[in-house]
Amino acid sequence: MPERLADVVDPANWTCPAPLRDQGVVVMGHGGGGALSAELMEQIFTPAYGNATLAGLADSAVLELGGARLAFSTDSYVVRPLFFPGGCLGDLAVNGTVNDLAMSGAVPAYLSAAFVLEEGVELSVVERIARSMGAAAEAAGVTIATGDTKVVESGHGDGVYVTTAGVGLVPAGVDIRPQRARPGDAVIISGPIGLHGVAIMSVREGLEFGVEVASDTAPLAGLVAAMLAVTPDVHVLRDPTRGGLGASLNEIARASGTGVRLQERAIPVPDAVANACGFLGLDPLYVANEGRLVAFVPPSEAEEVLAAMRAHPQGAGATRIGECVAEHPGMVVVATGLGGTRVVDLPLGEQLPRIC
Amino acid sequence: MKYIDEFNDPQLARRLLDEIRATATRPWALMEVCGGQTHSIIRHGIDQLLPEQIELIHGPGCPVCVTPLEVIDKALEIAARPGVIFCSFGDMLRVPGTDRDLFRVKGEGGDVRVVYSPLDALELARRNPDREVVFFAIGFETTAPANAMAVHQARRLGLTNFSLLVSHVRVPPAVEAIMTAPECRVQGFLAAGHVCSVMGMAEYPELAERFRVPMVVTGFEPLDILEGIRRAVRQLERGEHRVENAYPRAVREEGNPAAVRMIEEVFEVTDRSWRGIGRIPASGWRLTDAFRAYDAEHRFDVSGIRTEEPAECRAGEVLQGLIKPTECAAFGTTCTPRTPLGATMVSSEGACAAYYLYRRMNAPAPQADGTAQQEVTPVA
Repeated sequence: MPERLADVVDPANWTCPAPLRDQGVVVMGHGGGGALSAELMEQIFTPAYGNATLAGLADSAVLELGGARLAFSTDSYVVRPLFFPGGCLGDLAVNGTVNDLAMSGAVPAYLSAAFVLEEGVELSVVERIARSMGAAAEAAGVTIATGDTKVVESGHGDGVYVTTAGVGLVPAGVDIRPQRARPGDAVIISGPIGLHGVAIMSVREGLEFGVEVASDTAPLAGLVAAMLAVTPDVHVLRDPTRGGLGASLNEIARASGTGVRLQERAIPVPDAVANACGFLGLDPLYVANEGRLVAFVPPSEAEEVLAAMRAHPQGAGATRIGECVAEHPGMVVVATGLGGTRVVDLPLGEQLPRIC
Repeated sequence: MKYIDEFNDPQLARRLLDEIRATATRPWALMEVCGGQTHSIIRHGIDQLLPEQIELIHGPGCPVCVTPLEVIDKALEIAARPGVIFCSFGDMLRVPGTDRDLFRVKGEGGDVRVVYSPLDALELARRNPDREVVFFAIGFETTAPANAMAVHQARRLGLTNFSLLVSHVRVPPAVEAIMTAPECRVQGFLAAGHVCSVMGMAEYPELAERFRVPMVVTGFEPLDILEGIRRAVRQLERGEHRVENAYPRAVREEGNPAAVRMIEEVFEVTDRSWRGIGRIPASGWRLTDAFRAYDAEHRFDVSGIRTEEPAECRAGEVLQGLIKPTECAAFGTTCTPRTPLGATMVSSEGACAAYYLYRRMNAPAPQADGTAQQEVTPVA
């Protein structure tokens, strides 16, 4: 061992590697609901389809058709495992599209359901999923009106994929989209966050977090109707699925050119979610939800909307978590429990568990 | 798990901050060695709450950040081979090698899997006897015992299809390297609590004495960190340089002797390269000759891979504490988590990523070309 490390370690040569910029292939992060997903839209899909309707980039498109205002949305569901605490691929596929429509203020009416089945999957599995879709559709007040089935060879799929599309009518006087966030708006979450993501992780990774965590998958159209009954002037609604609350709020901030300021202690994070995230080094703000909405509501209406939400079963845990501000446009900032602040950025792809 | 709330109590935090403010009569620069502490400091905004006189320098204690490019290139080479299941902790997947990362290898058909423990990788080896299972064994003294245990178990079970790609590093030689570097500004250390929970505190008195710096073993919750800072400042003000344990609920003087024995059975001390820093003598571990059969570098013959790191960013100076991440011209402009110039921007524990994530508001306004703010648009 030399007497002085400076003799063998030359700090002048302490360097760092060159960047790794373009992937060139699809990576898992492209489906994570974060920055990589956004780039896929921005660089491939939007230029290829090129139309003003798509450019709105909301959860569903709102179309003028035959004198009616129609919300239209589609989503594919590829969850593994197919069955998890609190739900399965079936109710996820119905609730997910129902919620995407509801986030435009629409009353969801009809869905399609297209299955891609892998050769060798037991029919009893397909039946369980189909039955759960039927039950979820009934609970949400929608009709599965059309569908399709394809089969791929064994090894070319992951058991069952489902794609649902849906339509619904947007009531007159309702204009809900991310661009409408205004400084001063109250930011409200309809209940505790992170339950779906942690439920999936606990079964997928075989991790136990002390108590069984059930997914929050649920239809939210009824809750939205209860909110709109108070005021049609809800500015923004979003269901924070992939990428969680953090990704949704970033999208809203960027679309509207406003900032979002959250109070960390106001954000409802269940103990089981906090423990799981602490254990894995994840941030609950980026964990997926399937039965929650985040709303931007004018401050004058906030208390009344909150009361209406709390009176609805899907909004019993509704909480005001922050506000929309004119400062730091396009950025989401959290006031930490200790009194500091931190930026909540758009996640890149999927969150990765940290080493320590 | 109630302690998470208790160690996050704003009133107690305020009291500790007041005490630190009352104690500090002049500027002091402290280094938190561990990336987990850096993450916690920035996540809770602790650095903004401290009196201006207390500067925190973020040290090279993020195992993801300091794993050398050469080792990552070896990982990529092994992971891309048919018949291999390559297992890693999650945050290593996005660290750039020379021309790709493990996500890219996975996208191209490599069987790359995130595991939470090397024993999960061992289980994969047991269940897939026709596949070679390789675990990417990175990290400090904290992760070394479990990795040693995995090899120990593999031998006990007679598994011949399991190996480790080892890039373990040790904290004390890094502290020594930092303190002997010219321009070193560090006056006191928050020693990494988890490392000490394994190794104990015996390695530190000599360093504290030789470099005349207080070394306070510190935990990871906000109050832990504030208490560590309070004690380090108190020592500095009194002109002391002792090793103190401010994390007694996890750290014993002797550490965890069983874990240390496991490390010593399986690993031996070796020189290691640190990404962004260079070679530090006796700063790492490798498998002993007795366990050479479980060394992936030998098994897959990638020992010939040599990588040159072009000097593109200033992460080396960040790791030394010579500059803050925000003082680097690339920070938040050409260097973002999406397009990292260095590993310190990749790992969520890296000082640059932590700063980018939580402190971008205070960074110099980015240029109009390729800014972080403009690189992403809203998405449905």
